[in-house]
Amino acid sequence: MTAEAVAIETVRRRRSAFRFAAAPLTWIGAALIALIIVAALLAPWIAPYDPLEQSIADRLMPPSAEHLLGTDSFGRDVLSRLIHAARISLAVGVLSIALAMVAGCAIGITAGWIGGWFDSLVMGALDVLMSFPSLLLGLMVVAMLGPSLEHLVLAIAITELAPFARVARAPTLALKERDFIEAGRALGLSELRIIVVHVVPNLLGDVVVVASLWLATAIRTEASLSFIGLGVKPPTPTWGGMLREGFETILDAPWLSVAPSLAILATVLALNMIGDGLRDAVDPRLRRD
Amino acid sequence: MLGFLLRRIALAIPTLLAVMTAVFVLARVVPGDPAQVILGDQATAEALAALRQRLGVDRPLPAQYVDFLSGILRGDLGTSMVTGKSVWAEVLAVLPYTIELTLAAILLGILFGVPLGVLAATRHNRLPDALTRVLSLAGLSFPAFVSAVLLLLVFAIELRWFPVISNPRSGDLLERLQHLALPALNLGLIMTAYITRVTRSSVLGVLGEDYIRTARAKGIGRRAVLWRHALRNALIPVATVIGLYLGTMIGNSVLTEIVFNRPGLGKLILGALNQRDYTLLQGLMVIFAGFIVLANVATDLAYGLIDPRVRAR
Repeated sequence: MTAEAVAIETVRRRRSAFRFAAAPLTWIGAALIALIIVAALLAPWIAPYDPLEQSIADRLMPPSAEHLLGTDSFGRDVLSRLIHAARISLAVGVLSIALAMVAGCAIGITAGWIGGWFDSLVMGALDVLMSFPSLLLGLMVVAMLGPSLEHLVLAIAITELAPFARVARAPTLALKERDFIEAGRALGLSELRIIVVHVVPNLLGDVVVVASLWLATAIRTEASLSFIGLGVKPPTPTWGGMLREGFETILDAPWLSVAPSLAILATVLALNMIGDGLRDAVDPRLRRD
Repeated sequence: MLGFLLRRIALAIPTLLAVMTAVFVLARVVPGDPAQVILGDQATAEALAALRQRLGVDRPLPAQYVDFLSGILRGDLGTSMVTGKSVWAEVLAVLPYTIELTLAAILLGILFGVPLGVLAATRHNRLPDALTRVLSLAGLSFPAFVSAVLLLLVFAIELRWFPVISNPRSGDLLERLQHLALPALNLGLIMTAYITRVTRSSVLGVLGEDYIRTARAKGIGRRAVLWRHALRNALIPVATVIGLYLGTMIGNSVLTEIVFNRPGLGKLILGALNQRDYTLLQGLMVIFAGFIVLANVATDLAYGLIDPRVRAR
C-alpha cells in the first residue's frame, strides 16, 4: 500500500466512524449487550434466589409470580441461574478471545515481520488449523484434556487463533516496507520496540473488528460444548449446560429449554449486530453511500 | 484445466500430511495414560499393560507415528475399542444419513439463499434489503442446537407435525422425508442465512462494475443483465462459501443429530466421547479433516470451472 493509499484509507475510516452512528442495528446490539453485561455484573444482587439452592418440593414448576421462569428438575430458580450463567458465558468468551487475539497477533506479526520460508511455514500451519471444524477441534481438545473452565478457554482460543494471525500478518507485510519503519531502524530502535510502538497500533483497528466478530462465535462454541457435556462442570450454571438439562425434560417442562435458548440467541445476535456494523464501517467496499 | 487440477492436488498433499500429523499430536496430548483413563483408578498393572499393548501406546512415539501414517495410506484407521468393528465400518454404517442431511440442507440453502440475496441487492437500502439483513443475521446467530431445540418444541411437540425422533431408517419415501424435514430445515436455515448474505454483497459488488453499465448502455434489459451477466460472476464467492461452510456444517450437523436423536457421524462422535473410544475418535478426526481438505480442493476446482482467470494463475 502506498503512502497515499494509506492516507486515503485513514480518511475513509474517520468518515466511516460517523456512519457507525447512523447504523441502528449496531446500536440495538450494543444496548442489548450492555444490558446483558450489567445483569452479569450485578448477578448476586439482582438474582431473586441462590442459583445453586435446591428445593425438591418445588421441582419442575412452570413460570409463576414466585419463580418468573419456573424451576428446574432440582427445584432451582431458572431466572437466577440464567443471570448467573451470563457471567460464565461472557467470561469464557472474552477470555478465550483475548487469548486468541494476543497469541494470534504475536504469531501473525512475527510471520509477517520475518517473512520468507518462516512466513510460509507458519501460514501453512494455520491453514492446517483452519481445516479442522472449530467445534470438532474444540471438542477434541476438551475431550483430551478433560472438561474444566481453563481447558474450555484454551480449546476455544486454539480454534480462533488463525483469523487473528491472518489479520495481523497482512498489514505487517505492508508496514515493514514503509519509510517510517526504516527511520526507526536508523534511529537505533530495537526491532521489538518498532513492532510494539509502530506496527501494533496500525493494525489494532482491524484486530478489534475481528475480535468483535469472533466473540459471538466463541460464546456459541462455549454453549455448544456445554450442551454436548464438555463445558464447565455442574452445578455451576452455564447457558449451554442449562439447555442440556432442560432438553432432558423437554416433554414435561419445555420452559427449561426456552429460557437459555433465548439468552444464547440474544447474546450472539447482539454481538453479531455490533460486529456487522463495525465491519461495514471499516470495509470501504461495503459502505452504503 | 488438467494442469490446474494436478497443481491443486499436488498442493493438497503436504496439507493432508500436516493435518494427519496434527491429529496424531492431538490424540497423544492426552494428559497421562489413555489406558488409565479408559480402565479407571482401580485397574491392575497387568490390565493396564495389556491395554497399552492393544492400543499400541507402549511403543516409542516415532514408531507409533509411522504406524499411524502407514495405516492411513493403506486405508486402515484401526478398530473401535468398544465394538471391535473397524472404524471404516462404523463410519460407513451411518455416513449415508449424514450425507442425506447435509445435501438437503445445502439444497435448501441455495434454493432460498440465492433468490433472497439477489432480492436484497436489487432493492438495496429499501425495506426488502433491511428485512433480509436482519433475518439473515438472526439466522447466523442461532447456534445449531438452539434452533434445533426451538424447532423441535414448536413443530414436533406443540404442533405435532413432525416426529420428535428423526429415524431415517423408517419405511417409505414420504415417511423418510417427514423424518428428514426438521433436521434439514434446521441446518438449511443457517445455510440460507450464509448464502443470502454472500449473494447480497457479491451481487451488489458486481452491479457496480463497468461491464454491467456497458451492457445496460447497449440496451439489454435489467432482468437479462442481472441473470445472465451479473449473477454468473456474483456466484463465484457463493460457491466458495458453500465449500468453506462445509466445516461449520459438520459441527452443526453433530449438534442437530444429537437434538433429533438421528443416527449419523454426530451421534457416532458423541458415543465415542462418552465411551472414551480413542481409536474411533482419532479415526473420525482423520476422516473429517481429510474431508475438509478435499472439500477445499473441490472448491478451488469449482472456482476454476466458473472463472477462467483462476485457472491461468
